[in-house]
Amino acid sequence: MSKVKQQKPLCVWNPKPLKRVKPTNKKRLREREKTNPFSFLGQLIPLAKTGLPLWMLGLAADRLRADMNRLLSFLFHQGILDEQFLQLQQLQDETSPNFVSEVVNIYFHESEKLLRNLRSLLMDREFSDYNKMGIHLNQFMGSSSSIGAKRIRNVCLAFRAASDQNNRAGCLSALEVLEHEYCFLKNKLHELFQIQQQRVLAAGVRYPMQH
Amino acid sequence: MGNMATQTQFHVLAIDDSLIDRKLIERLLKTSSYQVTAVDSGSKALEFLGLNGENEDEERNSSVESVSAADEDHQVGVNLIITDYCMPGMTGYDLLRKIKQSSSFKDIPVVIMSSENIPSRINRCLEDGAEEFFLKPVKLSDVNKLRPHLMKGITTKNEMQSNTNKRKGSEEIQSPDRTRPRYNELEVV
Repeated sequence: MSKVKQQKPLCVWNPKPLKRVKPTNKKRLREREKTNPFSFLGQLIPLAKTGLPLWMLGLAADRLRADMNRLLSFLFHQGILDEQFLQLQQLQDETSPNFVSEVVNIYFHESEKLLRNLRSLLMDREFSDYNKMGIHLNQFMGSSSSIGAKRIRNVCLAFRAASDQNNRAGCLSALEVLEHEYCFLKNKLHELFQIQQQRVLAAGVRYPMQH
Repeated sequence: MGNMATQTQFHVLAIDDSLIDRKLIERLLKTSSYQVTAVDSGSKALEFLGLNGENEDEERNSSVESVSAADEDHQVGVNLIITDYCMPGMTGYDLLRKIKQSSSFKDIPVVIMSSENIPSRINRCLEDGAEEFFLKPVKLSDVNKLRPHLMKGITTKNEMQSNTNKRKGSEEIQSPDRTRPRYNELEVV
């Protein structure tokens, strides 16, 4: 008769009873529960302030980061942006968290003014002041180069070449390309900022304050 | 120890007529822990320095407002000037000349920035006293080149102060011309 070996347990299962986390405000919790699509899972799922369970926000953050990287890759590979844009991003930190969007918004504001000036100059039937146009163009070229808008800057170079030869038709077609490139860049950068904003929100709610 | 400058940060005066470039240079300099004053024209820069184009001696004798950055005796001094070349009115080159002609500010290092790569322009600025010439867009690696020029200013200041105080004792004076530190006239071999 062999002794039945007592299996030594691999671990001691002695769980403490789960402490019920007191919500800050019963009324608020009731409100949240009304709109919480996961309420059928019971109160064990910790909810972020937005009402989404935290594990889902983790996935959203990953997706957003992938979206952002894909967009940036596209912009760099197409030569729309160059390393100066990276320099701007490097200058952004906790002490200056909105640096890139601040500078880019100034760029949009200034560029639209300059493009309008260029168009009104060129559309003027009696246009002859290539010098004046050159001043606007140089300003636009300089600021585009400062934010890393490589493709726009290159179109400005072609524009300047046409202007140096007093080639009005050439200037007009360069201006059309410029307007198109500018619109495209503006849309893409807005998209980029939207993604970054969503990332900030997602990161913010991932670590809610403990009760 | 008492020779250390009273200001803990270097103060850089930046001049550029483009708002974007001003924001950029300001951020670049602040990231490198410099205190920055950014203005949009050469005339505003001269105003800040206390040089209003009038006779300079008159300026110094008359009551100087605390708004202007004065020389090393005052708390607020300027350790470096960085300016854009192409500006309406007074160009960066004009500003460089005015600063080098001023007895109180000619020792402040001046750096010129430009989006145009024109060798004759670059050479002319360097010959007339500019320490560096940066091509735009300016990057952090460019701003890192400023530190030796700023440090040189500190040691020159120390030298001048110790000469007037006639300090004795083994004080390390590092002069920009010499490569070895000198201890009280004795050269360390």
